[in-house]
Amino acid sequence: MSTVKVDFRGTLGRFELNARFEVPARGVTAIFGPSGCGKTAVMRCIAGLNRLDGMCSVAGDVWQDEKTFRPVHQRPIGYVFQEANLFPHLSVRRNLMYGHPGKAGAGAIGFDEIVGLLGIARLLERSPRHLSGGERQRVAIGRALLSQPKLLLMDEPLSALDQMTKDEILPYLERLHAALVLPILYISHDIAEVERLADQLVLMRNGAVLASGPLSELQSDLSLPLALSRDAAVSLDATVLKQDAADGMATLEVGGGYFLVPAEPLTLGTRRRLRVLADDVSLALETPSRSTIVNVLRARILEIRSQSDHRVTALLGLGEDGQGARLLSRVTQRSWNELGLQQGLPVYAQVKGVALVRREEPLA
Amino acid sequence: MNLHVSADIWQPIRLTLELAALTTVILMLVGTPIAWWLARSRAWWKEAVAALVAIPLVLPPTVLGFYLLVALGPSGPGGALASLWGARTLAFTFPGLVIGSVLFSMPFVVQPIRNAFEAMGEKPMEAAATLRASPWRAFWTIAVPLASPGFLTGAILGFAHTVGEFGVVLMIGGSIPGRTKVLSVAIYDYVETSQWTEASVLALGMVVFSFAVILTMMLIEKKMTKSTS
Repeated sequence: MSTVKVDFRGTLGRFELNARFEVPARGVTAIFGPSGCGKTAVMRCIAGLNRLDGMCSVAGDVWQDEKTFRPVHQRPIGYVFQEANLFPHLSVRRNLMYGHPGKAGAGAIGFDEIVGLLGIARLLERSPRHLSGGERQRVAIGRALLSQPKLLLMDEPLSALDQMTKDEILPYLERLHAALVLPILYISHDIAEVERLADQLVLMRNGAVLASGPLSELQSDLSLPLALSRDAAVSLDATVLKQDAADGMATLEVGGGYFLVPAEPLTLGTRRRLRVLADDVSLALETPSRSTIVNVLRARILEIRSQSDHRVTALLGLGEDGQGARLLSRVTQRSWNELGLQQGLPVYAQVKGVALVRREEPLA
Repeated sequence: MNLHVSADIWQPIRLTLELAALTTVILMLVGTPIAWWLARSRAWWKEAVAALVAIPLVLPPTVLGFYLLVALGPSGPGGALASLWGARTLAFTFPGLVIGSVLFSMPFVVQPIRNAFEAMGEKPMEAAATLRASPWRAFWTIAVPLASPGFLTGAILGFAHTVGEFGVVLMIGGSIPGRTKVLSVAIYDYVETSQWTEASVLALGMVVFSFAVILTMMLIEKKMTKSTS
């Protein structure tokens, strides 16, 4: 299978970097970690903008190893910087076309398609100086895509924008993700962004890679900081089974169970992503008879971790046998003890809140 | 006072414009790579090079002129160069004047271009590289247009400074009519020979010229700050 393989080590400025990971060359891979942990340094090394010892190959194509170092302009990348970094002396149209290979090399990503996807048709003849922050970033994304990259690198493309503008751009990113078969590396320190966009995750701390793998796996790994953080959650890819026309409640299937979620009309058979916060999942030994909580799922306690704030985070496997999708639950140490909960025990997971976080995509 | 203006007055004007134009062209060709290197290099000794380029700013023109006279004279490298086409020396010749003017006006061209390259920063060039532009293409399509106010300022300053040069020219060019006698030297000569009319016509012309140059520069600067904000 084609992968993005990276192994860099060395010092950049005062910074010690030791980054090694291999992720599938498809979908969105988020590089996630606190500010200053070396995410941008890794991405710049992949692009060839910085040079550290190590290796880098994308889908079998070696960009760097002991012998070779391919210069930036010979790597088939698209790079979206934190600030849009448009060329101020060129119109939006000429910015978009700057990296386009021209008629001869016109590739799979067409001008009209991108302009439509990003909603920038009415900006084409304008100067980048007269665009809003969100418009600039959309043009920058389009410009990167039109250079026909084999790998799109996005360095916190939303971090310079306010929340409203972020919410305006995120749907475009999701559309890209659904419409293009192009692997994307996406740097973020915002877990909400990651939960919406990412398929795989590379977790970084202090210049090193802690773990990498599918998003839901890393989210539910109790040995990683993500599962113990304040806003710990799991992302579940679910299929829309049915929807009640009267009250809008949709039934979505995940491995080992179903979730009922109130929603705008959904298309049956499509995939949606659900997010369930650990704080929103409480545990019961028997199914509660009368309650406003609509989602009560059978599950098994797979693993537990006590935290210093006298709370317990438990990893649950859905289904009677615990073989289904993973959920996280966070309860107080006191209720844990009072119910006599322990690893391996079958329980009922009461889920107070489920969020639909990603636009629909057709069933693969 | 004699109100008749000598027709000779045009000769130094033409010579000065020729010298300044040629000097400016050479300075753009030589100064641009130097400015680029100074703006982008991380070599620790680059400021030493920058200081060397800037020396004419503080050096008395006669000092530079003296060394140039030695260097361009029959026993210097300039003389050796001149012997290739059978001449004895580059001193007191038009090519000698051009060499002197290029060195003397260098900082006025290199500094604004370097500043413009530095103000542009690395980012546009990095963006261009990630869009498959070779360094050569990125330089011409991104760096040069973005730094164009710096080029314009450099060209104007280089030209104007060459027009106004006196000390260096006097040392290495002397005052040979039609060959090395430029405006500023001509004014000096007219005063020496009490041709006040010619001197004041040329002097007034220089005042108007200088005013126009400074005004143009200020307008460019204003436009530059507006476009970067």
